[in-house]
Amino acid sequence: MKVLIKNGHVVDVKTKLDGIYDIFIENGKIVEIGHDLELINGDVIDASGMYVLPGFVDAHCHLRDPGFEYKEDIESGTMSAAMGGFTSIACMPNTNPVIDNESVIRYIKSKAKQDGFVNVYPIGAITKGLKGEELAEIGELKFAGAVAISDDGNPVSNSSVMKKALQYASMFDITVISHCEDRELSDEGVMNEGYQSTILGLKGIPTAAEEIMVARDLILAEYLKVPIHIAHVSTRLSVELIRNAKKRGVKVTAETCPHYFSLTDEACSGFNTLAKVNPPLRTRQDVDAIIEGLADGTIDIIATDHAPHHADEKDVEFNIAAFGMVGFETALPLAITNLVKPGHLTMNQLVEKMCLNPSKILGLNKGTIEVGRTADITIVDINEENIINVNNFKSKSKNSPFDGFKLTGAVYYTIVNGNVVVREKVLL
Amino acid sequence: MYLKSKDLLGLKDITAEEIQYILDTAKTMKMILESKNKKTPHLAGKSIVTLFYENSTRTRLSFELASKYMGASSANISVAASSVAKGESLIDTGKTIDAMGTDVIIIRHPMSGAPHLLAKHVNASVINAGDGMNEHPTQALLDMFTIMEKKGRIKGLKVAIIGDIYHSRVARSNIWGLTKLGADVSVSGPSTLLPPEIDKAGVRVYNTIQEGLLDADVIIGLRIQKERQQKGLFPTLREYSRFFGLDDKRLLLAKEDAIILHPGPVNRGIELSSSVIDGERSYINEQVTNGVAVRMALLYLLTRRSSNESIN
Repeated sequence: MKVLIKNGHVVDVKTKLDGIYDIFIENGKIVEIGHDLELINGDVIDASGMYVLPGFVDAHCHLRDPGFEYKEDIESGTMSAAMGGFTSIACMPNTNPVIDNESVIRYIKSKAKQDGFVNVYPIGAITKGLKGEELAEIGELKFAGAVAISDDGNPVSNSSVMKKALQYASMFDITVISHCEDRELSDEGVMNEGYQSTILGLKGIPTAAEEIMVARDLILAEYLKVPIHIAHVSTRLSVELIRNAKKRGVKVTAETCPHYFSLTDEACSGFNTLAKVNPPLRTRQDVDAIIEGLADGTIDIIATDHAPHHADEKDVEFNIAAFGMVGFETALPLAITNLVKPGHLTMNQLVEKMCLNPSKILGLNKGTIEVGRTADITIVDINEENIINVNNFKSKSKNSPFDGFKLTGAVYYTIVNGNVVVREKVLL
Repeated sequence: MYLKSKDLLGLKDITAEEIQYILDTAKTMKMILESKNKKTPHLAGKSIVTLFYENSTRTRLSFELASKYMGASSANISVAASSVAKGESLIDTGKTIDAMGTDVIIIRHPMSGAPHLLAKHVNASVINAGDGMNEHPTQALLDMFTIMEKKGRIKGLKVAIIGDIYHSRVARSNIWGLTKLGADVSVSGPSTLLPPEIDKAGVRVYNTIQEGLLDADVIIGLRIQKERQQKGLFPTLREYSRFFGLDDKRLLLAKEDAIILHPGPVNRGIELSSSVIDGERSYINEQVTNGVAVRMALLYLLTRRSSNESIN
């Protein structure tokens, strides 16, 4: 199988490519990057006017498989990822059964191989059953193929357990992803605590609930001299704490999600359960700080936290609605619309946040366009405007607050392991 | 004039003109209520259901009598709050009630926004009889009606709302309604029982009852619930009463002709002293009468609106 991508604007951070190039792919690998390449017998993609980027790597998503296949499964989740330009995704362990042992890892890997449209990398649990009490068999998880460990959805509330987890995981050189939330402070809150929660009469989650745990984890990582990755950063002070820690040399990496740089808690108006997410959507000053953190490098990556839920779990009272929103198919347009177009991030920075850095954090050999590497490539038009329509999503779930939004930027091609999976915005 | 929405979900979303219109209509209803023969045919042929997920005595009875005085058929459904999460979904329950030809569903629910969810999925008019910490619009309307009756106006009056503002849907509805009609509203309570950034709603915020009471024309006391103390929001009822209880001495800070309202039921000796409750400036019992009048007005206006719609 031969593919030639012609005349696209290639942006790659690792190889420092930033200009018009042709890329020749053969047998799943990138074999040549140059000018005026020709291909007689094969697939020629005209990428003129478009950006040719390394395939996006998502370090944080929920595929709901095994256990919650009515929300999403590996097939539908990877279809959705491919449509969003993601070629490699790391799925969180809050499945049923939890990914806290080798057999679940094996199940996910084999199912992904069989049904998957993109590369799937499981994230193992930090603690058995995500209970925050006893460490999971982290060594076994690592050798079975876990790319990171996390109790995502739950914090590791006990500081002593977290200390041991960081210490133990460092021995296996596996990234610990922390969901930072002080549950005593969030205390059944359902949205950001502030004026919006006041006028809706909904119980708030203070920004401090996140920040206290961010601070704790930074202190533990500094004390132990081990790395830590902070998931879904949503507040101004979290950004500030991480920025300071980085200055002190703490080995911290941080992520945010498109909704945290795109929406404020005003999206919850009218009891809009589609805007219910954890951590919650915050205020304008937090959104501005998140964008600043992305721009100055405090926040290393953009992850989706793709969290599919069935309509019946959202068409209920706000208090009992599920937390989370789908994210694969809106990530790129939100990043282009809210980060690149306003001039906060360059395309190079975007590639760093969505390709190279997540790949590094997960220890994958991905996120770059380089001769000799597996061809994971995403081709995007950053000028095309579209009205988001959730009914077009390939995800089984449609829980997006961005339905009806006019956004700029569209994924035209997704190439996974040299195979064209999305062509002209259509899943093959 | 017609109300713009088929529902009354809160005072946050309706205009000052609509509020005034409901209050004016309630005047007529009060005359009916005070007459010997409390019967009008305004709601003849209409069916009204109260759907209560929380216990209530006075609000439910008030709606039920309002319906009966105007000749509607009414029925009551009580659902245990504990079954909200595991029982039939609110939407399904609502659609079932709707399918039986109900014109108005009056809902009380422990979760904020439940009436809004219901309203989206039924053809019937939905009246919010209290949702979580969000709104209790008919209570605020009856408070405003009582103020109008006693003071002749709302605009420019200093209204002090005192107590647990954080958990109070009555406070929120009153804040929206009273500020829309031009009152100068303050809230006072322990700092742990004030909702964040409530000042942005256009009210003055105080941490002492004295500041709130100063020169007030109207005082609205709120019920303090014992569970809040158990959750650690204030140390003891004794201390609450010491700093925020309204007694005759503190009442001297308010204007001489200040009136006292309370949504009931009152914890005697805690938020209000018995002498204040039973004093001549307290209109707590009159509020109850006015509640029926306001609810009659609202039921009439909402059903009239829907009848008009079906003719068009």
